[in-house]
Amino acid sequence: MIHFVLLISRQGKVRLTKWYSPYSQKERTKVIRELSGVILTRGPKLCNFVEWRGHKVVYKRYASLYFCMCIDQDDNELEILEIIHHFVEILDRYFGSVCELDLIFNFHKAYYILDEILIAGELQESSKKTVARLIAAQDSLVETAKEQASSLSNMIAHATK
Amino acid sequence: MAMSGMRGLSVFISDIRNCQNKEQERLRVDKELGNIRNRFKNEKVGYIVTSCMLNENHDFLRLIINCVRNDIIGRNETFQCLALTMVGNIGGREFAESLAPDVQKLLISSSCRPLVRKKAALCLLRLYRKNPDVVNVDGWSDRMTQLLDERDLGVLTAVMSLLVALVSKNYDAYWGCLPKCVRILERLSRNQDIPQDYMYYGIPSPWLQVKTMRALQYFPTIEDPNIRRSLFEVLQRILMGTDIVKNVNKNNASHAVLFEALALVMHLDAEKEMMSQCVALLGKFIAVREPNIRYLGLENMTRMLMVIDVQDIIKKHQAQIITSLKDPDISIRRRALDLLYGMCDVTNAKDIVEELLQYLSTADFAMCEELALKAAILAEKFAPDLSWYVDVILQLIDKAGDFVSDDIWYRVVQFVTNNDDLQPYAAVKAREYLDKPALHETMVKVSAYILGEYSHLLARRPGCSPKEIFSVLHEKLPTVSISTIAILLSTYAKILMHTQPPDPELQDHIWAIFNKYESCIDAEIQQRAVEYFTLSKKGVALMDILAEMPKFPERQSALIKKAEDTEIDTAEQSAIKLRAQQQQHTSNALVVTDQRPANRSLPVKVPSINNNAEANTADRGLTEVNGTLSRVDPQSATPSADLLSDLLGPLAIEGPPSAAAPDDQNLISGLEGVSNSSDALALAPLEEQSNSVQPIGNIAERFRALCLKDSGVLYEDPYIQIGVKAEWQAHHGRLVLFLGNKNTSPLVSVQALILPPSHLKMELSLVPETIPPRAQVQCPLEVVNLRPSRDVAVLDFSYKFGTIMVNVKLRLPAVLNKFLQPISVAAEEFFPQWRSLSGPPLKLQEVVRGVKPLSLPEMANLFNSFQLMVTPGLDPNPNNLVASTTFYSESTRAMLCLIRVETDPSDRTQLRMTVASGDPLLTFELKEFIKEQLVSIPTPSPMPALAPPQVQPTIPATGATDPGAILAGLL
Repeated sequence: MIHFVLLISRQGKVRLTKWYSPYSQKERTKVIRELSGVILTRGPKLCNFVEWRGHKVVYKRYASLYFCMCIDQDDNELEILEIIHHFVEILDRYFGSVCELDLIFNFHKAYYILDEILIAGELQESSKKTVARLIAAQDSLVETAKEQASSLSNMIAHATK
Repeated sequence: MAMSGMRGLSVFISDIRNCQNKEQERLRVDKELGNIRNRFKNEKVGYIVTSCMLNENHDFLRLIINCVRNDIIGRNETFQCLALTMVGNIGGREFAESLAPDVQKLLISSSCRPLVRKKAALCLLRLYRKNPDVVNVDGWSDRMTQLLDERDLGVLTAVMSLLVALVSKNYDAYWGCLPKCVRILERLSRNQDIPQDYMYYGIPSPWLQVKTMRALQYFPTIEDPNIRRSLFEVLQRILMGTDIVKNVNKNNASHAVLFEALALVMHLDAEKEMMSQCVALLGKFIAVREPNIRYLGLENMTRMLMVIDVQDIIKKHQAQIITSLKDPDISIRRRALDLLYGMCDVTNAKDIVEELLQYLSTADFAMCEELALKAAILAEKFAPDLSWYVDVILQLIDKAGDFVSDDIWYRVVQFVTNNDDLQPYAAVKAREYLDKPALHETMVKVSAYILGEYSHLLARRPGCSPKEIFSVLHEKLPTVSISTIAILLSTYAKILMHTQPPDPELQDHIWAIFNKYESCIDAEIQQRAVEYFTLSKKGVALMDILAEMPKFPERQSALIKKAEDTEIDTAEQSAIKLRAQQQQHTSNALVVTDQRPANRSLPVKVPSINNNAEANTADRGLTEVNGTLSRVDPQSATPSADLLSDLLGPLAIEGPPSAAAPDDQNLISGLEGVSNSSDALALAPLEEQSNSVQPIGNIAERFRALCLKDSGVLYEDPYIQIGVKAEWQAHHGRLVLFLGNKNTSPLVSVQALILPPSHLKMELSLVPETIPPRAQVQCPLEVVNLRPSRDVAVLDFSYKFGTIMVNVKLRLPAVLNKFLQPISVAAEEFFPQWRSLSGPPLKLQEVVRGVKPLSLPEMANLFNSFQLMVTPGLDPNPNNLVASTTFYSESTRAMLCLIRVETDPSDRTQLRMTVASGDPLLTFELKEFIKEQLVSIPTPSPMPALAPPQVQPTIPATGATDPGAILAGLL
């Protein structure tokens, strides 16, 4: 299973974290610090796996961002590597050639998308189309909710005038 | 839009940040959840925030279970999804117990859309991991079989993940799923009726393929020949049909499937032909440029080593693997090292070890220690001749002295001592190394030892006269540490003894050195100097006393043991993994490393203890080397015992006060140690060895540690490790015993009986009679505390390994303090309570003497560690300590206990203690309990430098299991 997902920029800034195993806040910071030290320093032509404290971390760099997922020692590494790519493709499709800034300003969207792909550290959906459809449906729900809210408050504003 | 959409969230976050305390924070979160009920957007925000900011152990989560349940059983699909996602990501044990049935219903409901059902499947997976009992196997296995007929591949993928988790714990209930899995694989591999959405770079859902094959690996075998045949057809197609292509993702995906197929083939014990096909494929992979494939090739080849037939084929790739040892990527180098280590045998040991040695000079820091240990083990295991072995170890010390643990050089000394032919050779080699500039200290130690014993065998060679050897060794003395100086002094004494007729000049020189060290600040050195000086004046008697060391009894190599221990480490990792999956408290990754330093520090600690042993055994050596006491002049013969008591006597008196009150355990073994010492030392360990199975580590120590924490190892021996993980809630407790078989053959006739004291109700779930090789079984144990008592439950545990029957009785850490919960009591509450509990039997007072001296903060720490919460400043007298706690038992329910300790700053060994509670029995038991803790406090860490007499007694025990310790003892 995937124990956690980390997105770290080349400068070591954390852009997204998701923990499927319980880590306390202190441990989280420690993990992030340690792993950025290991992964960011690795050269470009090395393999995508790092052995770390009895676990394996599968990572891949896309532009300035490192996507890392920590798995158990006997899990299938390549499968996870392609989950990362699957996630990136969906982000890319949603944002339209995604960049780091998209993830900074719309981090909640990134979380929604990740939640549609992974639950409990396991792959939930491998169809890009299905994920895209679900996210779009959610977005439209948010929109209607917002409209309703504003029309309600308009009505209240009118009534109390 | 995005920014405005987040306003609610950012307000919420900043509110949370501004909260002064937990209470406010909780109120704010509650309010937010109240908001959630109103608007979808906020509901979403609430769930996202909850799952981002909290981990599963957060108390807050308990409060919202009901809220979440309403969403799950509600009709609104969107809310169902949000709730399932949140529970799936952070749900803990409580969620498992209250939500699992609802989630199961959703998963099998025909009215739910796939998007809900796939979330339900993974949510159930999480809950199952947290508590496997929530899935009722009987009813559920048929459901799982039906679920595998699912048409929607998203749902099927999620269901397959669930199945993997289920069969990993209990495949037996799910045989019905096996044919379905094979059919799914067939469908995928033939690309029959796979929607375009689920094609990933032209490959039909690689993830589903991988998971299905993973699930199949948990079934021990496939009986049905038809199913087996169709599965092998699929596997054959995958093995043959996968090529390396340009597109990275397609390549990765197809190889993910391929490597899983390889694993399945290995698991199913395919025909030899198919196996060699697999090895051929792997051989191809380890030669490609693509680093991922190369890494996985090496990794899977290591796994393949388990299959006996293919080892010869793997050996053909040795050269290629050695190339990978020089890869720029450390991940690949590690794999290569592992593989080389695994494939080494008598035929290729020389080549492989030489490669490792060569690589050692360029290897990076991170790998040196592992490399050195592995090289040493291989050299020992497969040495074609012993002189080669000595060469290898000396080279190892020379090239990577910092990474060579003491065990390694102890071992080489044992070999040399036990093989007469080897002695001159080793002495020559040691002498040669001494001429090198900048020698590593370990090299100084080993050469000093060897030359001390055997330099007389070289006397005729140039540069090997006693004087020359002495001077070349003595050159090193100013630069070495205390422990090496001790060895050098012994060597000097030996040289002196071997120089016949005596060389007055050399004698004077060495005497001068002894004289100088007689005033050394280190007691060990001082003692050696004094004794050697006196002894060397005894003339002929010296010859007998300092004669050559006797042969060591044959025993298991400490190194191989160490390597096995590291393997156990990994076994433990998976144990921890299981624990973390099943329960919550700690993260698995971090637990592992927390434990590691403890393991690592062991070999470091040993020598410092041994130094004390040397002092002790030096004397034994004096009288016992020749086995007969009569030949030595009476003065030093009778003292055999006297010398020892002299030795122990003054130290025991002068020793630091903290060491003056040893706990019972040590005292007993201490007596044993003394009585043993009058027997021939070389025999003692032999006897102990023949004593069936020795536990690893101190059982009493382990028990004591577990009294203070909730998880750890209760017992360990070479075959089994018993771990404990406990959870305590009020007067209930739940212990899980982890029985881990460390071997490659099963443990049989396993029996565990609980002998509960009358105050505890204990129910142990069924313990399987057999523990399969390398497997771990968990046995939950429910505990109910009926009334206060200090009695301890005992686990009577037995098993059979081969012909060895082992039976141990272990105290279980279900002790009084586990049913305490710290509670802080303010002054205005404390004093009225204190006064209302007036006098015996509710309030008892006692003056305790013979307390282990502790400073006040230390004592406060001790109290806190027993869940007795110390409230500083409550007592106006700064020398007093006031603590409060709640005790839970069925008879007393929650009962407040108050404790006051008045210490005497001028005499820390005594204090007055008053304990009060609303129950006379509780008051008494708690008082006695605290008293016990204060009188014998487990030493947190041994103080090697300062605590000589009390540490010594433990040596016979350590020595029995650690040849290195014996060796050091004999030096």
